[in-house]
Amino acid sequence: MKSKLNLDQSVVDSARTAAGRIADDVQKFIDVHTTVTVERTVCRLLGIDGVDDIEIPLPNVVVDNIKEGGGLGKGAAYWLGCAVLETKLDTQAIAEKVSAGELDLTKVNAVSSDEAYAAILPTAEKTVARIKGNREKREELLKTVGEGPKPYLYVIVATGNIHEDVVQAQAAAKQGADIIAVIRTTAQSLLDYVPYGATTEGFGGTYATQENFRIMRKALDDIAEETGKYCRLCNYCSGLCMPEIAAMGALERLDVMLNDAIYGILFRDINMQRTFVDQYFSRIINAYAGIIINTGEDNYLTTADAYEEGYTVLASQLLNEQFGLRAGLSNEQLGLGHAFEMEPGLENGFLYELSQALMAREIFPDAPLKYMPPTKYMTGNIFRGHVQDALFNLIAIWSKQSLQLLGMLTEAIHTPHLQDRYLSIENASYIFNNARDLGDEVCYKEGGIIQTHANMVVGKANELLCSIEKDGMFATIEKGAFGGVKRPLDGGKGLDGVTAKDEGYFNPFIDLMLDELEVGGVR
Amino acid sequence: MSECKAVSNIDFTKVKPYGDTLNDGKVQMSFTLPIPAGEEANEAARQLMQKMGFEEPAVVYFKDLGIDYTYFVMYANCSATIDYTTIEVPKVDIEFMSMEGVEEFIEEKIGRDVVIVGACTGTDAHTVGIDAIMNMKGFDHHFGLERYKGMQAYNLGSQVPNEELIAKAVELKADAILVSQVVTQKNVHIPNMTELIEMLEAEGLRDKMVVICGGPRVSHELAQELGYDAGFGPGSYANHVATFVVNEIVERGLI
Repeated sequence: MKSKLNLDQSVVDSARTAAGRIADDVQKFIDVHTTVTVERTVCRLLGIDGVDDIEIPLPNVVVDNIKEGGGLGKGAAYWLGCAVLETKLDTQAIAEKVSAGELDLTKVNAVSSDEAYAAILPTAEKTVARIKGNREKREELLKTVGEGPKPYLYVIVATGNIHEDVVQAQAAAKQGADIIAVIRTTAQSLLDYVPYGATTEGFGGTYATQENFRIMRKALDDIAEETGKYCRLCNYCSGLCMPEIAAMGALERLDVMLNDAIYGILFRDINMQRTFVDQYFSRIINAYAGIIINTGEDNYLTTADAYEEGYTVLASQLLNEQFGLRAGLSNEQLGLGHAFEMEPGLENGFLYELSQALMAREIFPDAPLKYMPPTKYMTGNIFRGHVQDALFNLIAIWSKQSLQLLGMLTEAIHTPHLQDRYLSIENASYIFNNARDLGDEVCYKEGGIIQTHANMVVGKANELLCSIEKDGMFATIEKGAFGGVKRPLDGGKGLDGVTAKDEGYFNPFIDLMLDELEVGGVR
Repeated sequence: MSECKAVSNIDFTKVKPYGDTLNDGKVQMSFTLPIPAGEEANEAARQLMQKMGFEEPAVVYFKDLGIDYTYFVMYANCSATIDYTTIEVPKVDIEFMSMEGVEEFIEEKIGRDVVIVGACTGTDAHTVGIDAIMNMKGFDHHFGLERYKGMQAYNLGSQVPNEELIAKAVELKADAILVSQVVTQKNVHIPNMTELIEMLEAEGLRDKMVVICGGPRVSHELAQELGYDAGFGPGSYANHVATFVVNEIVERGLI
């Protein structure tokens, strides 16, 4: 199809190729390292759950035990395999023994990696089958119950109490929401464990726990018949427990996950080595579970200027795409993020926003693009805010965005009240219906503002990616190329949880899942 | 008090809302009640507003929100009045200088670089406020403190523990500490802001620094109550904060 923006395809190809090489370079590092949360994820997927008497999750107890014994480089699956052979117990019983101080995993009879692998494989296969079952169940529900048209109406709930969240989520679904995201409590991303059970206390959001996932999944399934469509559930696969959240989401049939390769480094000051290793396994799980990931490029524009630095969004989208494809995600699962964040006082700001949104659509034709609403320039003037959200909605339908995170007129005041969500769904539904095929009717002036801006952004993104390819990803982040945030290679949180893999390391889930996925990407 | 130009016969001791006629008391309001939509719901909403002291409440729009909760848009007349002449609000009461003004002030009256350390502290991960005040680019055409000549501004970013902020302030010999709090749901900011002051006092540092807080739900009054020198709410820019800091440094002899 001919580019309506008259984009120079050779520049797009150059940028994408550079992004692919950058991802390959980082992949070499990823392939020879593991982390505490990757290993805790292996434990979870091998059936270990629950907490000890001081609320420490058993996956943490097990991995800490292995780490203290100096065995993390072999991987949790190896030691659990050895323990299964020695004790003839299942993994949960083994974890309980470790918790009780009756078993020290690195002191069990060490067998060969092949023997340990064989011992653990049936348990791993069972979990993988369950995740596959969830994926098939979703596909079936989408067929039998149905779904809404794109852009999907995506709203958040954030009461702190999962039971109150259910009330708000069901109301939103009945008003027409297609995706409900349960915002996490502030600072959960920096916990190096995942809390356990149903929770009722959170600030600015609700803890992501497996039980909370299950409660919300059931609540949304329960009303699907009535609303006549399957409502997708979204959570946050980010922070220090990225792959563990992915595992929990895969087990409880979440549908969408925030899952960025770089976001945690920049905006949560999580160590970059840790993040790159964690994102890889988390994305393999998300890929296998059929989850749509959302990347976090919109966040750059909350710290950097949307007009001047829009190209960093495109550069990061291309990187997220290449990292994602390498972890087995398909193009249809890559919900690359961007945002409507230009300063409202900017003359022709709407045209630049439209230009960037159309550009993202042309460059990623199959991706379920996630479009984020204005937040930075929301003021508390709810009436103007509602107009800003309307312009945002107009661009979304015009440029065929896929996942529309609905703006709230009360942004910058509070987490959404029940009626705020209704007003925003009504706003979007009205505009989407009223302007449904606008994009197909319109062409853009040759060399006009919209075409020129898009080509400028692509050009600058290409330059940035070529320079990253030269300097390397790690060095580029150290220099502050994204969101204006600088992070050192050995700085940030979670570095002590990164370890080099030893000879004989294995992670059965990477093997089992990647075996059925297509690993892609530009090489 | 500013002179009202539109109508001269306003009684400032008995002020009430204005719609299109003086003292009509018109108020618009919207809220949700956990009851199903219908005539009973509208009557309930009207009676509720009467209980609040409003007269002639009218439901102009209602909508069932899908779970037997009803949203109302209402108008009513307010019967209460307020004596505007007795209102007193504590605020940062100084003449704000421009960036250039602050830069000259530093050169002339302080004669060395002013060091400012800022952070979004506690569990708060929202740096939009501290970035607007501190980062080079600033906000809404007001450059941030990093841009100021004669100022060394360090933005430590988000989720900085109070201990770390104090340690950094000591290390850099900071003249002023800026704390931003954006997440204020369930008053999570209050204990965190209080803790910082307590720690500074325990270390004997409180009097040696200008300590300021800011955020969308922070007022000067709240700031002073918690032991801060000043609080900056919505509509504040870097030059406001900078003016306050450099004045305090001179007035308190922190040069």
